[in-house]
Amino acid sequence: MNAFEYAAPRTLDEALSVLGEHGDDARVIAGGTALVTMMRQRLVSPGYLVSLREIPGLERIEAANGGVRIGALATHREVETSPLVQERIPVLAETFRRVASVRIRNMATVGGVLAHADPNQDPPVTLIALGARVELRGAGGKREVPVEEFSRDYYESALEPGEIVTGVVVPRLPAASGAAYVKFLPRTADDYATVAVAATVSLEPDGERCRAARLALGSVGVTPIRARAAEALVAGQRLDAALLHAAGEAVKAAVDPLSDHRGSAAYKREMAAVMVGRALTQAWNAALGSARPAR
Amino acid sequence: MNRKIRLTVNGTARAVEIPTYRTLLDCLRNDLGLAGSKEGCGVGVCGACTVLLDGKMISSCIALAVSADGHEVTTVEGLAADERLHPVQQAFIDAGGFQCGICTPGQVISAKALLDAIPNPTDAEIREWMLGNLCRCTGYYKIIESIRAAAQRSCV
Repeated sequence: MNAFEYAAPRTLDEALSVLGEHGDDARVIAGGTALVTMMRQRLVSPGYLVSLREIPGLERIEAANGGVRIGALATHREVETSPLVQERIPVLAETFRRVASVRIRNMATVGGVLAHADPNQDPPVTLIALGARVELRGAGGKREVPVEEFSRDYYESALEPGEIVTGVVVPRLPAASGAAYVKFLPRTADDYATVAVAATVSLEPDGERCRAARLALGSVGVTPIRARAAEALVAGQRLDAALLHAAGEAVKAAVDPLSDHRGSAAYKREMAAVMVGRALTQAWNAALGSARPAR
Repeated sequence: MNRKIRLTVNGTARAVEIPTYRTLLDCLRNDLGLAGSKEGCGVGVCGACTVLLDGKMISSCIALAVSADGHEVTTVEGLAADERLHPVQQAFIDAGGFQCGICTPGQVISAKALLDAIPNPTDAEIREWMLGNLCRCTGYYKIIESIRAAAQRSCV
């Protein structure tokens, strides 16, 4: 690793001012699982690290407008085990549980996984399907960006120089809705996905047809991908084999996977269609379960 | 670009001056003389460097020592009390939970973290918590048996 200066400010304002002072030479660090690994491999060599770890309250997970707001410093493990997240948005707790190992989830943070903008990460996929928004703070103030628009390219996000991710706001699903996260892992349970799909389905009042669906995929392009054409095919329809097939075909046209040791691009494209079918079915069944009155 | 940091390591207050780029693993091994934790993969995947930071297991090979300033670290050296092995250590010996031994400090620390949180874990919980602790001798069944044995003893 290269030599660098290290600051651990106690307030966000102080962190922003240190970051502004050092410009491109500075990087923000939280859990360090991504940044320290990249520094050890000499992929990045910042001259200045600004740690967010000593800023009190930045790890808070709280109720917000029926959904949840998760502070940037919350660890993956804290999200996964949060009773509030488990109760309001169980698919999000389940998604965080699928990342790496307990040990890494004790370190990796929510702000970190968003700022890292690695298309192979699990949480952004589900956050996109849920319509979550990233909260950012810069010298000029606050702004919010949909998670869907936050990833720009491989390891590149919409984060402007001098900005810090402060949290993510996740809305609750409407009534008569269900969600699912399907991670295709043919190798080991702590691996990155070969293909990952998050789906949400909201049913019409008739309890049979889909009013709206959202589909997002990971590990099949340089950013997480939202499959809007497939969503449009599903809206207004009843779930059957023909619909799942059509949605899968639309997804194949939307993804752009890379060939690597987890599979060829052609294989991943085929598996994306299969996993979309499974995710839609699971989300649909969950929606039916939530629409049915409890006996 | 050196920093003086204070850590509580295995219950003892330690102060050490280190370069900012020192990983927690290298700080423990080279600056504090605690060579029990090992470097395997160096990227947080294999588990050989697992230590507890404020009671939670982490990969010390991708943690900066400066980020542990003011915190508590537990390594494998901190488990035995007065020559008496920790129940997890004794169970690994009794049930044959190690072969070459390189992964053992990480396995033992992870098992301790598990049993501290869940004193009587199911096999599924053992697998979930121990996931990402690679044993190249592939002695996984004996490791799981050791943890089951340690849990039973602690519950008696």
